[in-house]
Amino acid sequence: MKRLLLGNEALALGAYMAGVRVATGYPGTPSTEILEHFARYPGVYAEWSPNEKVALEVGIGACLAGARTIVTMKHVGLNVAADPFFAVAYTGVEAGLVVISADDPGMHSSQGEQDNRNYAKFAKVPLLEPSDSQECYDMMRVGLEISERFDTPVLLRTTGRVSHAQSLVDVGAEQMQRPSPPPRQAFPRDPAKYVLLPVNARQRRQAMAARLRDLQEYAETTPLNAILWGDRRLGIVTDSIAYQYAREVFPQASFLKLGMAYPFPRRRLIEFARQVETLLIIEELDPFIEEHIRALPDLPPVRVLGKEVFPEIGEFSPELVAECALKFGSLVADFVSPALREALANRQASPEPAPALPGRPPVLCPGCGHRATFYTLRQLTFPDPLEEEPEPTAARSPYRRASLDRRRQYGLVVAGDIGCYTLGALQPLFAMDTCGCMGASIGYALGMEKAGMKNKAVAVIGDSTFYHSGITGLVDVITSGAATTVIILDNGTTAMTGGNANPGSGTTVDGRPAPRVDLETLCRGLGVEDVQVIGGFDAERIERELARALQSPAPSVLIVREPCVLKANPKSPFVSWVEAEKCVACWACLATACPALIRREGKVAVLPDKCTDCQVCNQICPHDAIVRVERDGGGA
Amino acid sequence: MKAIDFVLAGVGGQGILLSSDILCLVGMIAGYDVKKTDVHGMAQRGGSVISHVRLADHVYSPMVPVGEADVLLAFEKLEACRWLHYLRGDGVAVVNDEAIPTLALESRVPYPDDATILNLLRARARRVDLLPAGTLAAQLGNVRVANVILLGALSCSLDIPITVWQRAVAERVPARARELNLRAFELGRAEAIRRGETLPALL
Repeated sequence: MKRLLLGNEALALGAYMAGVRVATGYPGTPSTEILEHFARYPGVYAEWSPNEKVALEVGIGACLAGARTIVTMKHVGLNVAADPFFAVAYTGVEAGLVVISADDPGMHSSQGEQDNRNYAKFAKVPLLEPSDSQECYDMMRVGLEISERFDTPVLLRTTGRVSHAQSLVDVGAEQMQRPSPPPRQAFPRDPAKYVLLPVNARQRRQAMAARLRDLQEYAETTPLNAILWGDRRLGIVTDSIAYQYAREVFPQASFLKLGMAYPFPRRRLIEFARQVETLLIIEELDPFIEEHIRALPDLPPVRVLGKEVFPEIGEFSPELVAECALKFGSLVADFVSPALREALANRQASPEPAPALPGRPPVLCPGCGHRATFYTLRQLTFPDPLEEEPEPTAARSPYRRASLDRRRQYGLVVAGDIGCYTLGALQPLFAMDTCGCMGASIGYALGMEKAGMKNKAVAVIGDSTFYHSGITGLVDVITSGAATTVIILDNGTTAMTGGNANPGSGTTVDGRPAPRVDLETLCRGLGVEDVQVIGGFDAERIERELARALQSPAPSVLIVREPCVLKANPKSPFVSWVEAEKCVACWACLATACPALIRREGKVAVLPDKCTDCQVCNQICPHDAIVRVERDGGGA
Repeated sequence: MKAIDFVLAGVGGQGILLSSDILCLVGMIAGYDVKKTDVHGMAQRGGSVISHVRLADHVYSPMVPVGEADVLLAFEKLEACRWLHYLRGDGVAVVNDEAIPTLALESRVPYPDDATILNLLRARARRVDLLPAGTLAAQLGNVRVANVILLGALSCSLDIPITVWQRAVAERVPARARELNLRAFELGRAEAIRRGETLPALL
């Protein structure tokens, strides 16, 4: 039976059908749906862990206890989980353990586009790379088998276009039969294997080397690495989603398709290279395959092309692959399919250059509980260079001039963090000065303070990010005797990735009630005496408490608490409404970046369908022109 | 079977992913190989959203190459212009005649007027179907079915039996909204037929 499955759903179903009993992870685009789908299956344990390191540690424990296990994360999550990842590479496993890393070439939703294939080589574990949903489904089973057969964790690496593409999957019989779980096992006590004291680790290091040799042999013969013969003048070596693009762009060529690129199948490659004239390597991001090939001492005298044709930066697409090939010329260009040539010609033949269109970047939702905080921060941060120009458009309004004076006075530095609220860095909120990695805000702000910076700094972090890796930063604030102010934006969920449960939500991954961590108690327990809880729409109090906290010599935590509007889905009988005769077009309210506010006939107007009655704009308007009316009584 | 490539574009929250799911199901029932891809994560944050759907005997890339889409199905006018370069010269643009304003303070570039939008679309597409899907949906009592109205209009331009479309819509929408969505689909079809925006646009 064939089903249309998202790559991530195929991974979940493949894991379930292969008998996986435990799945852990931390949400992160493009990996999130794997665990969400898995958690819906009966008779399994799934959890959103506080962070990827904990997720992998729980996963390792589960596999040592005899359960087949998967652990899911986005590419940068593996940086967080790198410590247990390297440890389990030494100890090996009891039941199968597959670590799934979903990479994000092109950085659609990430702070970087690191190529996690390197982690396989770095930690000396086998690498599997599906290129569509069918392969996701199949490779999950193979990965678990490799893990058990070779006593190793397996890294299964997807990219966004594998995880977030849907394609048909043959799942076998209509009535799918999951293998029944093995009986409960006692822990196989083996300290020499599982206690990584140096004396044991040295032994394990030798075992890893032997394991890698065995895996090398496996990679040479596995059908995961397949040769498809076509025209032997051009031999393409490729992996992951790049394989699909390459098949489309070069339909006549020969292919060595790598489903297991590490350990690198050297003999397979040499067999292939001997029979082609030009070897073309097509891989997104780093020259991972290419470096393996170029380092082969016994490579036949064949022309090898890779990153001189295709970029190392950004996401590939069929037209990009075709374009690069045509630009490079020679034999490579000759093999580009007529359909792609035509598509590129179509693009170039666009009759007139499109005029500049207004952008539409993502924004904080109408009714978002983060809006008032960032609006307030914006009033205290550095002036925008544009505003400092002699007669800037933006500063023509009286409101803008007043706010500019305050900014010159304060020059507050906002150390930001990762979540929906990172959108607070965009104009017109424009109230974030740094955002590096998960949990970094508190450490950054502390470091600025300790370096004796002239400006005050404030850390802004979401609840989920705080549980992920902000807590340890706050510990440092306490023990270093700092006066850091930390704003925790608590919306009770991990919103950016779709509203996933976190330690403060009080729900499990599949929405059942669960014990929750009490944020205030946690902060007080760490030693912060000044902990305030403020509603997210209370702009006035946010400003007052922030001003007070910034002057205080003691560390403080302001918890700005408002449930995520996408979860709460408020259906207020009221909306905001602009009394046009009072509106002086100062655009103060528009500085909140609320999508429910528009400019109409020289004034501001509210789009009632979008307005959630959060009343932030009502509080901000310096002319009291925005009032609250009954939803059906007013109307725009 | 003739391969068909679709690009769906709009603003996060307009029901684009549901529409591309329905298109995939249409392809599956009609016996095609099917792939689709879109970028998740930002879809609910009011940003520009694009979804690719490909139907063929065998589909490799889930992404439609730029300049190769047979159909641009746009849920918003500005987004139709933004993703127009995906359309082939002889492709069809089915566009919801609805404007969603961009952020008021940041629009240094103004939202283009209707004439500019139409000129842009007509200069590229062989046929532009500009449908008041939002207004029609409001007449049905639920603005959220505008996406299915557009699918109904699109169905008139494709050589796929109507029963396949109806089955796909019925299967993919929530059970309680099935009747409403099937009515929306019919309304979209009727509107396209009334305007003469029908076969053989893609043959």
